[in-house]
Amino acid sequence: MALHKPYIDIPGTTIFDADMARRGYHLNQFCMSLMKAENRERFKANERDFLDEWRMTEEQKQAVLDRDYNRMIGLGGNIYFLAKLFSTDGQSFEQAAASMTGLSREEYRQMMLSGGRTPEGNRYKGETK
Amino acid sequence: MARVSAGVTTSHVPAIGAAIDTGKTGTDYWAPVFAGYEFSKAWIRDAKPDVILLVYNDHASAFGLDMVPTFAIGCADAFDPADEGWGPRPVPTVQGHPDLAWHIMQSVIQDDFDLTVVNEMDVDHGLTVPLSLMFGQPDEWPCRVIPFAVNVVLYPPPSGQRCFNLGKALRRAIDSFDADLNVQIWGTGGMSHQLQGPRAGLINQEFDNDFLDRLVTVPAELAMMPRVDYAREAGSEGIELVMWLIMRGALNDKVRELHRFYHVPGSNTAIGHLILENR
Repeated sequence: MALHKPYIDIPGTTIFDADMARRGYHLNQFCMSLMKAENRERFKANERDFLDEWRMTEEQKQAVLDRDYNRMIGLGGNIYFLAKLFSTDGQSFEQAAASMTGLSREEYRQMMLSGGRTPEGNRYKGETK
Repeated sequence: MARVSAGVTTSHVPAIGAAIDTGKTGTDYWAPVFAGYEFSKAWIRDAKPDVILLVYNDHASAFGLDMVPTFAIGCADAFDPADEGWGPRPVPTVQGHPDLAWHIMQSVIQDDFDLTVVNEMDVDHGLTVPLSLMFGQPDEWPCRVIPFAVNVVLYPPPSGQRCFNLGKALRRAIDSFDADLNVQIWGTGGMSHQLQGPRAGLINQEFDNDFLDRLVTVPAELAMMPRVDYAREAGSEGIELVMWLIMRGALNDKVRELHRFYHVPGSNTAIGHLILENR
């Protein structure tokens, strides 16, 4: 029997469940390695070479090189692991989150200052405000 | 005997730590956040806890995907701040309380909650930001801290009901520890926030304020809320709020609400904070 996933109808959201964790294992463990300063230096010196040391899919490696966070999450990345990557780039959670919404950093910041994204119309896929 | 005197809940947004560490607490953006903790800093100077049992989640710092314990208790003498990708926070090393931690482990496992014992662990912003909010920037933290890590990263996290019941087991463990200790329990994380995907930035003020109300007055009822409601209503990372129920379970049924603070935004997150005293 398939796992019950009551959360798949939440729009714009990927829940990091067993299936995603399995798919993203090596991508996420690569991110963990960036907690060590020497690994950050080696990664910055040659990103491609460093990525090739990990058993990641080519698609995952390209998503990292492109810093496409939505894509990385779709390929099993988890935001708290990916945080090591954007921290290595000197980015904040706010900047990384903004990059996934299609808003500019300034537009995203303004949305948050205005009370954030409303839950109205954002609870179920296909729901309209 | 040891006694649980009070509970504290607070969000643990990493940008709050960065604002403290880089001297930006007085900016237009951050000043309203820190104003909400002025009462708390004065209160805790007088409350003088000996030990804080600090419930938090590790954010892929001590635990990657190689090991994912649902509940882990730090039994070591000390815990260093973790390097989360930008170097460790410039905060003091956390001094543990191994005697009480091992006692809690032994008691709670016999009470049917299977804790993972951790003897070597760095602690990330989930644990150090609440300490900074409550104590500021001392050379040493003024009390002992037992880190209690809960998995809320890999789905499924423990349910609210299980967390609430665990809080009760932790209370029984602390109550049976044979030393005169003033113990506080803190529940951290939350409130509504989503850090990923096109729905990032979700904030649900109505949900959050209702959660604050019910946590104080009808926590047993609140504990029954299913996991998916947290994700749908409070964002994918809003599920951290189950950790507040561990804190609440460890307090008396009746508590006195000494302080409440709620503010949007702190980076991507709704900041919520309570101080509850056992009556």
